[in-house]
Amino acid sequence: MASSSSSYSSPCAACKFLRRKCMPGCIFAPYFPPEEPQKFAHVHKIFGASNVTKLLNELLPHQREDAVNSLAYEAEARVRDPVYGCVGAISFLQRQVQRLQKELDAANADLLRYACNELPPPPANSLSMVPPPGLGITPSALQIQQLPQRPRSTTMEYINGGGGLYRQFPASYNYSLPYTIPWADTASDGIDEGAAAGGGGGGGTL
Amino acid sequence: MISGRCAACKSQRRKCPSDCIFSPYFPPNDPQRFACVHRIYGCSNVGKMLQQMPVQMRAQAVDTLYMEARWRIEDPVYGCVKLISQLHQNLNDTESELAKVKALIAFHKLQISQVNELHQPDLDASQSNVEQFQFNYSTQNHYPWFIN
Repeated sequence: MASSSSSYSSPCAACKFLRRKCMPGCIFAPYFPPEEPQKFAHVHKIFGASNVTKLLNELLPHQREDAVNSLAYEAEARVRDPVYGCVGAISFLQRQVQRLQKELDAANADLLRYACNELPPPPANSLSMVPPPGLGITPSALQIQQLPQRPRSTTMEYINGGGGLYRQFPASYNYSLPYTIPWADTASDGIDEGAAAGGGGGGGTL
Repeated sequence: MISGRCAACKSQRRKCPSDCIFSPYFPPNDPQRFACVHRIYGCSNVGKMLQQMPVQMRAQAVDTLYMEARWRIEDPVYGCVKLISQLHQNLNDTESELAKVKALIAFHKLQISQVNELHQPDLDASQSNVEQFQFNYSTQNHYPWFIN
């Protein structure tokens, strides 16, 4: 969180580290409070104070806080892992996403197998309406409820709308569920948010 | 053995010594590589980082430094952190989706088992009911109209 430590008596973490006077208007003061010395120490170790100054000067004031926080994140990752830094985290996360995506594909395939099964739909009152055999009453006499058609699965809509890191599901996988689902399809809000976040994340393939 | 100065020493306008720490990783035919890394990290910081790690890891380290430098140049505000954030979001979304699909599968399995029970009810109980029914009527030699 940005703070104006130059208005207080104590210098900012950057000027403390660099052992210099923290002047009013210090470019580091809003983003490196004296309570977080480690933040600037890491940033300085990896990027250097002059490089950070140049980077911040090239940005608009409202962009600087986010830039400093992302630089601090990268610096900390690089200090923890000098060889791979953030790239190690990206690689790990991409593998996790791929693994989960494979699991999701397998689960979708299972779901399709159940949904495309030829079993007849259950009657409206399930067990109570089925007669014991031998009394000459046929099932056709029962009124079997026709359940509503559901054009596409939640997962297919999400995948087709998301783009980004997900593969497209074939359009031929349209099926109708033989049973009513126990909840309404309220996932569209989350799907849109997920699609928006997932889109455009295709950079940095390792 | 790279002849001539490496990209780092060319950029810094200095002689390239035989034991130059940069020369294995910044060949002269790729000046852009050093320029990116130098712009974000600075020559001396990169040199210090390379000195502090084993020789066999330095090539990989320079590659990852170059990647992060390029991301930072393309996006000066977020750099590669934006991609990390998106991947976290993707991971959460995929986990939620997987949980939903697994719940649907469990629901289907339950429905199928219930349907199977409908078509294969307790045969012993029903058979004894039929036998009892038939016995009651057979002893009286009286068949109701709905029994063929």
